[in-house]
Amino acid sequence: MSAGERLTIAVPRGALFDGTLDLLDALDIDTGEVRSNDRKLLFEDAGIVTMRPSDVPTYVEHGSADVGVVGKDVLLEQRQRNVYELLDLGFGRCRMVVAVRAGGDPIGSALRRLGRVRIATKYPRIAAEHFAATGRQAEIVEVKGSVELAPLTGLVDGIVDLTATGRTLEENDLRVAEEIEVCTARLIANPVAHKLKADQIDAIVAKVRAG
Amino acid sequence: MSTRSGAGQPAPSRTTPIPPGTRDVLPEEMRELRAISSRMRATFEGAGYGEVHTPALEYEEVLRRGEERAAGARYRTFDEQGDVLALRSDMTIPIARVVATRYAEEDPPLRFCYFAHAWRAVERGVGEPREFLQGGLELIGVEAPTGDAEILALTIAALDEAGLRRHRVGVGDGSLYRTLLHALDVPEDRHLSLLECLSRRDLVGLEMRVSGLEGIGERERELLVGLPELRGGPEVLERADGPVAGAVEGLRALHKLLAERGVADRVIFDLGLVRQLGYYTGAVFEVYDPAVGFALGGGGRYDDLLGRFGRELPACGMGLDLQRVHMAQAAEEALQ
Repeated sequence: MSAGERLTIAVPRGALFDGTLDLLDALDIDTGEVRSNDRKLLFEDAGIVTMRPSDVPTYVEHGSADVGVVGKDVLLEQRQRNVYELLDLGFGRCRMVVAVRAGGDPIGSALRRLGRVRIATKYPRIAAEHFAATGRQAEIVEVKGSVELAPLTGLVDGIVDLTATGRTLEENDLRVAEEIEVCTARLIANPVAHKLKADQIDAIVAKVRAG
Repeated sequence: MSTRSGAGQPAPSRTTPIPPGTRDVLPEEMRELRAISSRMRATFEGAGYGEVHTPALEYEEVLRRGEERAAGARYRTFDEQGDVLALRSDMTIPIARVVATRYAEEDPPLRFCYFAHAWRAVERGVGEPREFLQGGLELIGVEAPTGDAEILALTIAALDEAGLRRHRVGVGDGSLYRTLLHALDVPEDRHLSLLECLSRRDLVGLEMRVSGLEGIGERERELLVGLPELRGGPEVLERADGPVAGAVEGLRALHKLLAERGVADRVIFDLGLVRQLGYYTGAVFEVYDPAVGFALGGGGRYDDLLGRFGRELPACGMGLDLQRVHMAQAAEEALQ
């Protein structure tokens, strides 16, 4: 747990960055320096650490940050993390979907003829669980870059990915075949900080709820 | 370190592995760990807790008698007769067995302490220990809240001795939420998913599931969602009334005893606290230090466990992960 009485907050750089800073402004936390300096990572005066979104649960679990803001998609993919999920913050709304090439039913036909479907994703755990839960055998191909490329080149039959507007899918001639989960930003807390800094954490929760 | 390998000899490999979640302890760390455990042992022994040691391997069936999932014991093997042996996952069940077999005639109370390794599966991934050194206490034959107060006060004192300064103990009641669900007539088939959300502290999921319950009033919903967020000094006990008043009454009595022992300010009452193990029947404990992001250990009251081995006696205990205690102690030293 971070030393001192004040809270340390893990802030994700990326799609949730602006929404998170707006939230912190509403909580009277000074985000001026964070907004003006996008190379610096640690802002001790404001009690803010900025990081890649998928690292937020790591820092919070280990107590290097007391609380953090993170997408539900990251939490689902890192379900083993021992963090408390305190609030649905409502912003950063997007959908975790199965997408395939427009026209035809590549997943259905792969399952019928080959008995399994190949799926590319940055979310191997969510993808594997979704296909297992719907009784379909899936071979999960983990990719790091643009997932949309994988079905276009014939690497896979479909993808599991996060989409906000669906525009990137559309531009790559892909369509949403199934929706897995709606994901929004969540406030998470370290279990020990949740006890030892209960007053500060409760004050944030109350303010956001009232907000 | 090429000096080690002579001409023609292959360089020594540095990649000979040990299983993830296990570790080698070298002399400097060992000396520090030993110093911590000696001071804790002296505190425990001074309070009449004799140290015991039990086999690392137990019959799996014996562990299962204590807890249906064998308290999470995962490493099994067969002996020459084909019986299943398991590496113990805690010391509470083995000590319950010792009490029922080696002390079958002895008058309670009985007090034991231990410093021993236990083994659990690595389920959550990196950093989780597979083998860990636990130091702890078991107090057999003393009812709540007297026994609970003794265990908590000794835990706090032992950690003081070990060099910690800012540690706190969270105290809750493992049966509290279950009591609440029954009192509010929440349908049985919903209990499991609500309790799962609670034990993961997925408060968003909990709130969503509570708002999906039918035939439950606004005040009851608030109680179901708000109770797990109640934590702090004795004032939180005043805020929990209605259906959980009875269970909270026990925690109030415990607070009074802790105040008499002068350790009440080290205790955080936490009405959402649940512990995973199935044998807890009443108060549950968790130990925290601001220097470490994980609980240092935990315990609670298990009044039914001894009966499963043939001696009906109330009991409670606490186990601390000594490596984490060491982390907290090192951080404390760095602050001074």
